[in-house]
Amino acid sequence: MAKSKPRVKVPKSAAAGEVITIKTLISHDMESGQRKDKDGNPIPRKIINKFACTFNGEPVFECELDPAISANPYLEFSAKVPQSGTFKFTWVDDDGSVYEAENTIEVQ
Amino acid sequence: MNNISLFITGPVIALALAAGIAAVKADPVDDTLTIDGKEMISRAKAPEGHPFDEVMSGWLFRTAETRALEADTFVNPGMLEVEEGGAIWNTVEGTAGKSCASCHGDAAESMKDVGANYPKWDSDSGRPINIELQINKCREKNMGAEPYAFDKGGQKALTAYVKHQSLGTPVSIDLGQGEMQNWWDRGKELYYTRTGQLNLSCASCHEANMGKMIRADHLSQGQINGFPTYRLKQGKLISVHNRFRGCIRDTRAEMPKAFSDELMALEVYVTWRGTGLSVETPAVRQ
Amino acid sequence: MNLNRRQALGLATGAAAFAATGFRALPAMAAAEDAEKKLMEFAGGKALETGRITLTAPEIAENGNTVPVSVSVESAMEGDDMVESVMLLAEGNPSPDVATFRFTALSGVAAVTTRMRLAKTQNVIAVARMKDGSVYMDKKQVKVTIGGCGG
Repeated sequence: MAKSKPRVKVPKSAAAGEVITIKTLISHDMESGQRKDKDGNPIPRKIINKFACTFNGEPVFECELDPAISANPYLEFSAKVPQSGTFKFTWVDDDGSVYEAENTIEVQ
Repeated sequence: MNNISLFITGPVIALALAAGIAAVKADPVDDTLTIDGKEMISRAKAPEGHPFDEVMSGWLFRTAETRALEADTFVNPGMLEVEEGGAIWNTVEGTAGKSCASCHGDAAESMKDVGANYPKWDSDSGRPINIELQINKCREKNMGAEPYAFDKGGQKALTAYVKHQSLGTPVSIDLGQGEMQNWWDRGKELYYTRTGQLNLSCASCHEANMGKMIRADHLSQGQINGFPTYRLKQGKLISVHNRFRGCIRDTRAEMPKAFSDELMALEVYVTWRGTGLSVETPAVRQ
Repeated sequence: MNLNRRQALGLATGAAAFAATGFRALPAMAAAEDAEKKLMEFAGGKALETGRITLTAPEIAENGNTVPVSVSVESAMEGDDMVESVMLLAEGNPSPDVATFRFTALSGVAAVTTRMRLAKTQNVIAVARMKDGSVYMDKKQVKVTIGGCGG
C-alpha cells in the first residue's frame, strides 16, 4: 500500500459551545504481528499505535491502539467547540512515522 | 493458513449444496442505498432474456453494519484507494511525459458515466476491453509507460477511481459493438458450466440458490456493479477478475488467468446480468 | 465425498479456528484470563458497576476482520462528572487489548466509534473509569460467522 494518508471530516462551522462529530480514517495495513508469510515466517507487527486530537493546542481526545484495530483505522468521536480555531490530528506508527492533519472551524 | 481453510471450506460448500443443509431462505432486505444523499438503483427490471425478473445489488444481501459502510463515502474505507487513484490520475509517468490528466483533464467530467458502459469492443485487439486493460492500453500507446501487471501498481486504485466517476449511473453495455454478442454467448456458456472437483457453476450458487444461506454466507446474485469492491475480509479493494478467480478456486477448479479470454467473456456476460443497477464502486462487501 | 453431517460440522469448527482474521488461534482460556486481569488493573480495586456505559456491537459480524463498535458513556463531561478513560477488550483474541480512549472536557460527549478485529465468536468488553474513580462496564457477545466462500 502507498504511504499512509489520513482523511478527516470536521464541520466547517459550529455554534459556540456546540458538540460536533469528528470522523477520521487513515490508510494503514495494521499488520498485527500474528500472521505468517508464504514461507511460514512471522510478519512483523506494524500498526498505528497512537492517535491524538487537539483543539488550539488543548487535548480533546486521544487513544492507544492495539493490533486488534482493523486495517485502515477509523475513529469517530465528539468535540466541544468553544471558539473558532484549529483541530490538529496526529497518528503515530510503530516505525516512528507521524502522520498529521489539520482542520479549522469557524464559530458563528 | 489459507490453504487449510480452503481445504476445509471446499467440501463443506459441496456438502451444503448437495444435501441442502444450509439452504435456509433469507430474503434480501427491503432497503434503499443512498450514498451521500444520492439514491442508487439497487433493484432494476431485468433485461430481456435474463433468468431473473429483477436484478438486485449485492448490497441488499449484506448486514445493516456492512450496508452502512457503503452509504457514506467518508466512512467507506474503499475511498482511501479511490483517492490514491485520483493522485495516480495526475501523476506523470512514461517516456511521453504525460499523466492521465494531460489528455483527459478533470476525470469528474471526462470519465463521468464511462465506467458504466464497460466492457466495450476493442477493434485493435479484436476482443472486449475492460477498464483495467483500457488503462494499460493508454499507458503503453499514449504515455510510453509499462502496462500494470494484474492487480499490481496502481491498477485497482486507478480502475476504482475511473469507475467511481460513474457512481449511481446504471450499468449498460452495448452488445451490438463488434463481436460482443459472441463473447456474451461464450460468457453465458461458462456461467452455466459446472467445473472443479465440487462440480459447481456460477449459476449453482448465484442463480439456483440465490437468496439462500450457504453456511453463514448470504448468496447474492453475484453482481459486479460495485467492483473494484472493498472486502472486509481482505481490508482492501478486490478486482473483479480476482473475485472470479477466487470463486473458481473455491469450486476446486483450475483458475483461468486474469484478462484471459474466459474471464473477459465472463465479465461481459456477468456485467450484462447487472444491467440497470447503479455503478457502486467502491462497494463494501463481507 | 462421504462426509456425514456430524463430520461436516466438525470440519466447519476446524475452519473457525483458522478463520482468516489475521490471528492465529491461541488457547482461548489464556486470553479470557488475561482480559480479566486487565479489567482488574483498570478498575484499580473498584467494583465493576453496570449502567452509564453502552457498548454497541453487531450481534453477528459478517466478517471478523472489520467489526464496527461504538462506546458511549453518560456524563456531563465537566467539573467532577467526567469520564477519564474507556478501555475496549476482546476476550477471545490472541491478546485481549483493543484500544484505550481518553476524553477531556473538550470532548463534550464521551463517545467513540471504531472498527475492530475478532478472531472468533466472543465477548467484547467496554469499561469506563470516571474522574471519581468509579468504574462501569458493558459486555456484548459478537458472533463471528464463517462464510461459505473464501473468495
